[in-house]
Amino acid sequence: MVIPTSSSLAIDASDIARRFGASWVLRGVTLRLSPGEVVGVLGVNGSGKSTFLRILATLIKPHAGTALVCGHDIAREPEEVRAQIGYLAHTPGLYDDLTARENLIFAAAMLDRDERGVDAILERVGLLAYASQPVRGFSSGMQRRLAIGRLMLIRPKVLLLDEPYSNLDSGGLDLMNSLISEWVDAGAAALVVLHELAPAADLLDRTVTLQDGRAATKPAMHSDPAGIPLAASGR
Amino acid sequence: MSLRHDWRRARAIAWKDLTAERRSKAGFNSVVALAVTILAMFGFALGPDAQAIRDAAPGAIWLAVLFAGVLAFNRSYQVELDGGALEQLILYPGGRRAIFAGKLLANFAFVSLMLVIVIAVGIVLFQVTIPSAWPALVGIVICGAVGLVTLGTFYAAMASRSRAREVLLPLLLFPMLVPVLLAAIEATKALLGGNIMSDAGAWARLLVAFDVVFLVATFLAFESVIEV
Repeated sequence: MVIPTSSSLAIDASDIARRFGASWVLRGVTLRLSPGEVVGVLGVNGSGKSTFLRILATLIKPHAGTALVCGHDIAREPEEVRAQIGYLAHTPGLYDDLTARENLIFAAAMLDRDERGVDAILERVGLLAYASQPVRGFSSGMQRRLAIGRLMLIRPKVLLLDEPYSNLDSGGLDLMNSLISEWVDAGAAALVVLHELAPAADLLDRTVTLQDGRAATKPAMHSDPAGIPLAASGR
Repeated sequence: MSLRHDWRRARAIAWKDLTAERRSKAGFNSVVALAVTILAMFGFALGPDAQAIRDAAPGAIWLAVLFAGVLAFNRSYQVELDGGALEQLILYPGGRRAIFAGKLLANFAFVSLMLVIVIAVGIVLFQVTIPSAWPALVGIVICGAVGLVTLGTFYAAMASRSRAREVLLPLLLFPMLVPVLLAAIEATKALLGGNIMSDAGAWARLLVAFDVVFLVATFLAFESVIEV
């Protein structure tokens, strides 16, 4: 058995702690992810799932603990970390007055990608027919699909997905799962914040439940003999 | 990241901001309406004395642009805050200076267009005669706009992290803008008064010096302002 080292791990987070005001949301979360691994993060509302993801995405700083993403320290090398990650936030982060195509063309320019691939992405996420319409008129599900399309412009080694299935219809769920599978097959690791296990159950290698600011790990959901969702089991 | 990539990113941000502004129009219309209202109020306050109105014209025009500009600078980051776009912007790889350059370009285009309208209204309202050295006046207006937009874009980024950004921006911006505004107003006054060679030249050099200092300082400091 090969024991992964810090530099070979996709994510190596140790004792991450973060408070907002006087309230500690994370009290020492330790988590390691290898390339090609898909881990679900569960927990009740306010348990710090999104905060943990935002710390790994270098959007907020931890008050204690260290984390390496693809061997790069999130505090000292945020720029290198950002070049390795694909982060899907809870909010779409789109520009309402731009069309769907323009939003992706802008993202392509910011990522220094060829914008000729934008229409193919719009077709893949099912929005090609709406490519010339302003995002302002999109439903939240369509905005989610467009945000997923923007993620397709990135070639991430680590996926940080914050409730990626929210607002998506069944076609959207299938799209999200097939994309995660493709990225993972290409060697990426994925950390997926979930409220419900069902949409991602077949993808997950293991789950982590955040409770009282700490993490508890369980093995793969789809191989759980009892078939009891961890969120419901109180772990 | 290469300079070519940074330039592409800066252009993309400027294009995105100006396209969004062109579509919504609400921002530009309200900002110009405010500037014209301020000019009109100055006109009423100064009374019927034609010479007093003409003397006050440079100050009134630049102050109208300043107050209206604050709205514009706040709006340029409000677009990013809506729907969490600022976080996405920060997460794109590459130097933060490209973000600042892009915002600067967009705000400069916005304020320049506003200046054209405000100056045209000011000329009519304050009965100002266009001087023969109008190219020098155009130069002063451009330099004044550069100083105003540079500091406005920078401090708007700083204030964007605060919930009280609408209040915070003028508090941060106005004291820092005093030298730029003073130089721009005095240079404009000297040119409109026909005193091209003496006062205008000295104030113009001072304005250019402030522009250079503020441009360099804000580009260097922007990374730490926008970073988490």
